[in-house]
Amino acid sequence: MIFANSLLSVITFLPLIGAIFLLFITGRDEASENLVRWIALVVTTVTFLLSLVLWANFDPSKPGFQFVENYEWIGSSIGYRMGVDGISVLFVVLTALLMPICVIASWGSVHNRVREYLLFFLILETLMIGAFATLDLAMFYVFFEGTLIPMFLIIGIWGGARRIQASYKFFFYTFTGSVLMLLAIMAMYWQGGTTDISKLLTVKFPAGMQSWLWIAFFASFAVKMPMWPFHRWLPEAHVEAPTGGSVILAAILLKFGGYGFLRFSLPMFPIASHEFANFIFVLSVAAIILTSLVALVQTDMKKLIAYSSVAHMGFVTMGIFAGTENGVQGAIFQMLSHGLVSGALFLCVGVVYDRLHTREIAAYGGLVHRMPLYAFVFMVFTMANVGLPGTSGFIGEFLTMIGTFQVSTWTVFGAAFGVIFSAAYALWLYRRVVFGQLTKDTLKDIMDMNWREGLILIPLVVLVIFFGFYPAPILNATAASTKALVAQYEATVGQPAPIAMAAPAGSTPAPAAEPAK
Amino acid sequence: MASDLQSLSALGPVLPEILLALAAIVLLLAAVIWNKRDHTVLLSGIAIAVLAVLAIWVATQSTAGVLFNGGFINDGFARFMKVLILAGSAFALLMSLSSARENGIAKFEYSILVLLSTVGMMMMVSANDLMTLYVGLELQSLALYVVAAMNRENAKATEAGLKYFVLGALSSGMLLYGASLVYGFTGQTQLDQIAQAITAGSRSLGLVFGVVFLLAGIAFKIAAVPFHMWTPDVYEGAPTPVTAFFATAPKVAAMALFIRIVTVSFQPVVHDWQQIVIFLSIASMVLASFAAIGQNNLKRLIAYSSIGHMGFALVGLSAGTANGVEGVTIYIAIYMVMTIGFFACVLSLRTENGPVETISDLAGLGQARPFVAGIMAVMMFSLIGLPPLGGFFAKWQVFLAAIEAHLFVLAVIGMLASAVSAFYYLRVVKVMYFDEPTLKFAAVPGELNFTMALSGFLIVTYYLTVGSPLSALAHSAAGSLF
Repeated sequence: MIFANSLLSVITFLPLIGAIFLLFITGRDEASENLVRWIALVVTTVTFLLSLVLWANFDPSKPGFQFVENYEWIGSSIGYRMGVDGISVLFVVLTALLMPICVIASWGSVHNRVREYLLFFLILETLMIGAFATLDLAMFYVFFEGTLIPMFLIIGIWGGARRIQASYKFFFYTFTGSVLMLLAIMAMYWQGGTTDISKLLTVKFPAGMQSWLWIAFFASFAVKMPMWPFHRWLPEAHVEAPTGGSVILAAILLKFGGYGFLRFSLPMFPIASHEFANFIFVLSVAAIILTSLVALVQTDMKKLIAYSSVAHMGFVTMGIFAGTENGVQGAIFQMLSHGLVSGALFLCVGVVYDRLHTREIAAYGGLVHRMPLYAFVFMVFTMANVGLPGTSGFIGEFLTMIGTFQVSTWTVFGAAFGVIFSAAYALWLYRRVVFGQLTKDTLKDIMDMNWREGLILIPLVVLVIFFGFYPAPILNATAASTKALVAQYEATVGQPAPIAMAAPAGSTPAPAAEPAK
Repeated sequence: MASDLQSLSALGPVLPEILLALAAIVLLLAAVIWNKRDHTVLLSGIAIAVLAVLAIWVATQSTAGVLFNGGFINDGFARFMKVLILAGSAFALLMSLSSARENGIAKFEYSILVLLSTVGMMMMVSANDLMTLYVGLELQSLALYVVAAMNRENAKATEAGLKYFVLGALSSGMLLYGASLVYGFTGQTQLDQIAQAITAGSRSLGLVFGVVFLLAGIAFKIAAVPFHMWTPDVYEGAPTPVTAFFATAPKVAAMALFIRIVTVSFQPVVHDWQQIVIFLSIASMVLASFAAIGQNNLKRLIAYSSIGHMGFALVGLSAGTANGVEGVTIYIAIYMVMTIGFFACVLSLRTENGPVETISDLAGLGQARPFVAGIMAVMMFSLIGLPPLGGFFAKWQVFLAAIEAHLFVLAVIGMLASAVSAFYYLRVVKVMYFDEPTLKFAAVPGELNFTMALSGFLIVTYYLTVGSPLSALAHSAAGSLF
């Protein structure tokens, strides 16, 4: 590769260059709107293809960072550092994959201020990829927090009726959490002498300090994730955001939380992570059970999916702080899978919303009679959301539960209820929307998905099923980095004790296992 | 004492001030001799040119030195601040060109008074003696009092001028009283010798009183809580171009004075003034965040915003370290650019009913005037301190210094205050972008477009363009004080 040394930078900033292009297209007529859409589509598609090149050239056998770029920049504190490892590389690919899909999805549904809409999306893409790809803690904050600006505007300008309240809530929940993280970042800079993540990973922070830093990072990531009870902003933001905004919010922005936990909290503050693990387990199980129950009674489709996102993120946090290889691998897989599935579910809602302009579940029913293709696609994603074996949703939930089982059986006992509830709300939603008699007059002449909607949803169907049967490409890519991460974590806090319940009478526990301290 | 001025060339370090004062006098004479009214714009143009040339000169030449028996110092710090002040004054004059007539400041005295107060500010940042400090401060203040009340037909502007004068005089009195106490208890008026006297002697109660009064006087000038009461009224009452001037260069000068006096003179009693600065900082940040929420007038809003931002800048100074001063220096530079950008936006919006005054007038600006709205939104997000805009890096520097000094409580309060302050900045964005347009706006004059584009460019690309050189300059500027 000629530009292998700067491939990550190219992927990160290509969308921004596209956004600058868009600034110069000032026309408001149909032709220039289409030009804007095509430019955005081409830019995001090229970015996606480049991200595939990145994945192809990524060496999964190395646990460390690859495609590293490292320059000192502002003063001595902030540097320009890029690089990916097994944990982050696939998030870059996921982001780049969903962007062209969002652009295509906007074709039929956004007609007001198209240029600005796509401009914000392109800026957002640069910030999101940057957050995953940067190796500088301060730059991570810049990218992480920078996403607030375009997302605030996307929700506020193109959102639904209560969009202003939703955008404010989104902003303030996230911002308040993050400013505390910013202070923690500064404290880490003075302690470690650098904001270089790869160097900070080797710094041993004093135990007392770790707790405070962990709490500050938790304040930010728990809101972003979102974990129960910090999730109140999410349902509103999801409901009011336009389809593309919901997709990005659910599929990528929520993953910042999990990625942050994996990149910073677990490896940099292992002692604190270990101390707070039970706290996380309680919150995770609460999220899984409570928000699943809340999802059951929702009358708004998007709100239901939003609550189900909170529940699924509960599995992720549980898996991460289990600190075992299965748990962490499962958490990454669950995040990627949830990115595909929840994004696709919001697109599915968008399909019918564009036709009827309502998200009320009660307004639908019997869609299968008029929209067979839609019924099929929606079913696949519903099943994936439930975690049916054979879909990608299953792998993630299963791995996180196995991983956590080694550490805390009660947690998994609680989480297993979530699996049942998720089947209940997801299938019930599907029944109410798709099955039954087509009685409502408004639905009598509803059309099935057009080719454009098919174009964006069919690839996602294929991916969800493919990774459900053959998760190896993802698991291979993440394996080495996860292994190194977990080994480092266990070296500090000790391996999980073998579980008496899991070991049948007479069998000997693994001799290598040391008791937890 | 023998004079240190043996030749004309020894005046080198103070030459910019001399030239600026001469320029002001020459322009005044010229304006009086020739017919007054017709040449106002030309006069402003010449004044802007003089300021710009001097800014470039100060930025490029490096005649450091101490003059007038230690009364005047020109070091890296002073030069940095002088460039900011000259640029701020130049842009304030530039922005006043198009709307001078309707604001009642289309008089030739306006640009001359701005020049004179700029001379005062430059003396302030170069003052190395309590007496030069006071002379500079008063020259600056007297010119500003007149400018504030320049629009005589407008009751509000007159009221603003009077308020500013009364409270400003009070603060000058406090400052003088503090200075006399400091002199009384140390026997020195020269800043560095005060520090030596404190180190040699002991920290007496009278000295602490002197420090308190001195700092209270300066806190008036930067409008830190609890000495902020004049700001909202003066900002609202004064003509908008004048407010733009008040909010930029004088703030820089007063902050520079603050920094110099505490770091040079009172470093031996750092723990005493640190408490004062921490208190000023917390009070300013918290009060401004909450008080601004209810404002609908754009100028009152930016007045509270400036109070809050002075609080944030003081976070860096609270640390009392070179890193802290570096942070404040960067903060004040970025803050000045943001303020200039903000006022360029406000001044460029004129409806048939006159200039835009309230936030609700901005409804739907995102559709009616996308460029102005875009710049305004950038300024708002930057004032919140959101990355990747310049305002974030300003906050980064000052809070970094506070964390280094282990001022965790201050830092947490400051960060939470900035989260609260986001509320009112976002309201401007919300009104511009989420609401429907109601008003029609007149065309924007070219020089305002230029100002907006320049400030927007600097703020958006801070990380890419000016960030690195500015940090280096601020680093060496702060280094010259320690």
